Amino acid sequence: MIESLQHLPQAPGTHATLAERFTDLAPPLTARQAAIESARCLYCYDAPCTRACPTGIDVASFIRNIHDQNVVGAAIGILKQNIFGGACARVCPTEILCEDACVRNNELEAQPVKIGLLQRHAIDHAHFDTHPFRRAPATGKTVAVVGAGPAGLSCAHRLAMLGHDVVVFEARAKSGGLNEYGIAKYKLPGDFAQREVDFLLSIGGIEVRHGQILGVNLNLQDLHTRYDAVFLGIGLGASRRLGLTGEDAPGLSAAVDYIATLRQAQDLAALPVPRRAIVIGAGNTAIDMAVQLRRLGADEVTLVYRRGVEAMSATGHEIEIAKTNLVHMRTWAAPLEVLLDAAGQVRGMRFEATRMEAGRLVGTGAMIEIAADAVFKAIGQSMDGDSLFDPLAQELERDAGSDKIHVDAFFRTALPGVYAGGDCIAPGQDLTVQAVQHGKMAALAIHGDILSTSSTAGA
Amino acid sequence: MADLSIDFCGIQSPNPFWLASAPPTDKAYNVVRAFEAGWGGVVWKTLGEDPPAVNVSSRYSALHGKNREVIGFNNIELITDRSLEINLREITAVKKAWPDRAMIVSMMLPCEEAPWREILPLVEATGADGIELNFGCPHGMPERGMGAAVGQQPDLIELVTRWCKMYTKLPVIVKLTPNITDVRAPARAALAGGADAVSLINTINSITHLDLDRMVAYPIVGGASTHGGYCGAAVKPIALNMVAEIARDPLTRGLPISGIGGIGNWRDAAEFIALGAGSVQVCTAAMLHGFRIVEEMQDGLSRWMDTQGYANIAAFSRKAVPNTTDWKYLDMNYQVIAHIDQDKCIGCGRCHVACEDTSHQAVARLVEGNARRYEIIEPECVGCNLCEITCPVEGCITMVPQETGKPYMNWTQDARNPRAEVALGEV
Repeated sequence: MIESLQHLPQAPGTHATLAERFTDLAPPLTARQAAIESARCLYCYDAPCTRACPTGIDVASFIRNIHDQNVVGAAIGILKQNIFGGACARVCPTEILCEDACVRNNELEAQPVKIGLLQRHAIDHAHFDTHPFRRAPATGKTVAVVGAGPAGLSCAHRLAMLGHDVVVFEARAKSGGLNEYGIAKYKLPGDFAQREVDFLLSIGGIEVRHGQILGVNLNLQDLHTRYDAVFLGIGLGASRRLGLTGEDAPGLSAAVDYIATLRQAQDLAALPVPRRAIVIGAGNTAIDMAVQLRRLGADEVTLVYRRGVEAMSATGHEIEIAKTNLVHMRTWAAPLEVLLDAAGQVRGMRFEATRMEAGRLVGTGAMIEIAADAVFKAIGQSMDGDSLFDPLAQELERDAGSDKIHVDAFFRTALPGVYAGGDCIAPGQDLTVQAVQHGKMAALAIHGDILSTSSTAGA
Repeated sequence: MADLSIDFCGIQSPNPFWLASAPPTDKAYNVVRAFEAGWGGVVWKTLGEDPPAVNVSSRYSALHGKNREVIGFNNIELITDRSLEINLREITAVKKAWPDRAMIVSMMLPCEEAPWREILPLVEATGADGIELNFGCPHGMPERGMGAAVGQQPDLIELVTRWCKMYTKLPVIVKLTPNITDVRAPARAALAGGADAVSLINTINSITHLDLDRMVAYPIVGGASTHGGYCGAAVKPIALNMVAEIARDPLTRGLPISGIGGIGNWRDAAEFIALGAGSVQVCTAAMLHGFRIVEEMQDGLSRWMDTQGYANIAAFSRKAVPNTTDWKYLDMNYQVIAHIDQDKCIGCGRCHVACEDTSHQAVARLVEGNARRYEIIEPECVGCNLCEITCPVEGCITMVPQETGKPYMNWTQDARNPRAEVALGEV
């Protein structure tokens, strides 16, 4: 997937030395730290942290359970709301969610309870002999789920719990979606994503079929006919284009492709690593990309954004990580031209300085050139146009002004029996935790809809 | 700086902080370290008849708080496990080396006259400043007819106290057990027997917690346990009440009291003194943190006294006693209402749920989007203090006295009291 970078040198160092730079960014709490931190929770009533959690985890309750040495109870409290509680504990931007809302994050104290780390402590230390959730009596219904990412698997797990059988269709070789392929390696290191998927599937009743690509060997029409309901958790498969010449030149790549390759690499030392790199974008993916390049040994990584820092969608915490890893930040610079050398390979980029004028972003005319051996785009993802090609899929209503699938409050699409959630729909913040919630809520809607449909049919 | 020195029933001490009779005062080595640290006096760990007591292993257990701070402490140790001769020799040497410090010797002997007559002169010969009669030890010794077994029978207290006054000219302090119904009875008995002072409280019968795997309480000795004596911060409220009961009892009023029970800092000490104590005794806090805590205790107490204008301990001793009364004399017309300082409120909602679930439904929860605001419903508030207590932010909820325009009226004067004494002005 990153063939365009094969002319670059390999990462300096051995796999072992490089791998050391991709261990846990935030180390887990020790038992003692967890005991101290859990004691700080005030056990708020109708707690703001729970309201701030997209999946509605009862934070005060699980923290009290940790403190009372009932770590299994704590973990179940988390997992019953969010079956990806382990991944979310690691990747959630808690500083804009639960920890932002924590009442101890007030002006005089400014020290929220470390909810994310406590959640991780509970999940990491709870051991289950058998899957902690039991399936309801079989309903005889089977639901198709497209995409084995957080949205799809969350939906599948909840459907299985409710007594339905589920077939999950996944394009890639592994399940987990962005947890497996898209998150910075130091946030979800090792095989955590796969272990979490295995745990989730151990409820039973879920079959995952890999190599099943919507638009290639799978179409919505067939699924709709063969299954009692369909959930689309297909994410956003295509990387947006800059719309510049030279965009396909050697040295230019989508950040998500590089991150996926990095996460799957058996030998980090075999990865192509530019000496100098530009990352274009302002979100958490851009930060993940820039920081990982630095950790792979790139000398100079410049993150370029056409607006100011305050407009970046990356959280303050992420920006701090970038600074700690000595990533350069160049704001108020809009991409203008990819610069190529005589061999047609990327040698840098030209940007135009920008500024706000009467509420609009405008170019100032001043040029900025940054030399680089590679340029990575992290300017967002869009729907893979090929995936929803069949006549039925064409009928899916899209949100105005975007290609995202339109859903109602219960995650129903315009097509009866077809539901969607995760990044392929508009609501939310493109977060893992949001996708998990979509999947869960869609499962509840599917459950209600197919049971009421069948009872109506029977009457 | 304020003068911290005291004269406690004739015993001089450079400050009111004494170490209570317990492991910290078991032998010369510890006591010397205590005096070096600045303790004003010690009550030497209880002497008994030879052969000395024998202790078991293990001996202590504790009730921990959320951060493993020790809330309460429990022990099953007995009196000194060293011979009388060694103890007397060490007491003599230490008192000689530290003449300005108060040296009180705790004693526990059978309820027979002979041993008291025999041993008291030996104790007096050490140069000690006073004796304390251990009528309080709740474990081990009562089974031998001593300690709390005596302390629970006022006639025996009086009897033994009288013997002591007969066979020594040293001040006699009677240490009282809290494991009784009304602490005034043993205090009155001590006074009747001629006691110069009482000290209280000794430890409270207790089991702190269990090992739920082994199904045995702590401290575990082999596969079993027994009740011990409870002390530490958790017992302070019980001790304060018992001190106050004796301080305001007309029959014992003026009897010097050495306050004991959960004293860990200057503020605790000041509270005991304000409720009637002339000296205070500390054990658990020292056992948890070492003797150096007395530095902060002295510093804090004297600075607070300076800010209050108290030149010496006597200046505020007993000052809270007149304000401690029976429930029936409280003002039925007094009214406080909770007030929430919205600038300090962090929105945890604990006041709301506490009042809503368990009290008077007087804290309203107003939701505006994601913001929550809590407000007191004044007509419903009875002024119970619960919200103020559960609030995690100090000073956020205050209880504000209301101007009712009504005069003082206690329950004995209250028309709602079917047995009203209707004796306005009686109090």
